[in-house]
Amino acid sequence: MLWGLAAIAIVGFVWLQVSSRSDQRTDEPAFRADFELTDHQGMMQTDEDFAGRWMLVFFGFANCPDVCPTTLAEVAAVMDALGSDAVQVQPLFISIDPERDTPQALAEFIPYFDADLIGLTGTADQIKRTSETFRIYYEKIEEAASPDGYTMGHSSQLFLFDTQDGYAGAWTYGTPAEEIVSDLRARL
Amino acid sequence: MKSSIAATVFASCLFIGLPTITVAGSEDVVVEDAWSRASIGINRPGAAYMTLRNTGTDPVTLVGLETPLAMMPDIHETTTDANGVSSMAPAGDIMVPPGETVSLEPGGLHAMLMRLQIKMVEGETFPLTLNFADGGALTVDVPILGIAARGPEG
Repeated sequence: MLWGLAAIAIVGFVWLQVSSRSDQRTDEPAFRADFELTDHQGMMQTDEDFAGRWMLVFFGFANCPDVCPTTLAEVAAVMDALGSDAVQVQPLFISIDPERDTPQALAEFIPYFDADLIGLTGTADQIKRTSETFRIYYEKIEEAASPDGYTMGHSSQLFLFDTQDGYAGAWTYGTPAEEIVSDLRARL
Repeated sequence: MKSSIAATVFASCLFIGLPTITVAGSEDVVVEDAWSRASIGINRPGAAYMTLRNTGTDPVTLVGLETPLAMMPDIHETTTDANGVSSMAPAGDIMVPPGETVSLEPGGLHAMLMRLQIKMVEGETFPLTLNFADGGALTVDVPILGIAARGPEG
């Protein structure tokens, strides 16, 4: 019921136009990152904690064996390729499966991808609010042939926010790390 | 008598995993570039990827998977819609037309390895048996790469 309401509430939001990346730095961004969540080490983190750094944000869930590890592997490759510029970028993984993804559950897998990667989760309510501010979509899909009888559908773009939390663009799932790196280098 | 011999032959073929006498097509399937990612423990599902090439003249259909690694292996498919929303669902039977290939790759089809029995350890391999509609079966050794692997090359 709660999930249904959450889904209905989120469906009404305007979809992000991934193709219309704005490079007009003088323009006010379409929206700003805004969250208060718990990281995989149990620490509270808000968008303000990352002020001054670019944020690379991906939404997913730990039980996801395909899209999520694939994107996190790309993010790890991006961070590697950035070399000394990597300090300007904070990669974040935000769970949309608060039922299973406790901070402890995230702590089991987040550090294996990249030392700088931070996993964030929260209560169902916190995740719902986060999804609204980020204008992303997620839903719980009942599926008997999945672990625990459900899987999650979710926006799978990799989002970029500038040093003032402003939305700076997104890459669709499957964009190679090399392309992301050259896009990023042009902005840093 | 004749039928019991046939039954024995049939049963022993099934037992050793060789194609039975009635197969048409699945012996022409070649599996290439199989790989998977290491798991952390056994609580979450793994995924394996590969390319199936049908070198024969008949279509072949993959109908199921078996592996000692996981109690519930199944082919799933990730789809991403125009809004960038991705989700996964069982893919059902996978038909490979003659002379063509079907790729199990990140973001599309994958062997979803549910209810892992043992941890997937980087550097090891595991056997994965592909069962085809014609009764044939093919077992491949799937290399387990690092958790952040991006493809069959690592």
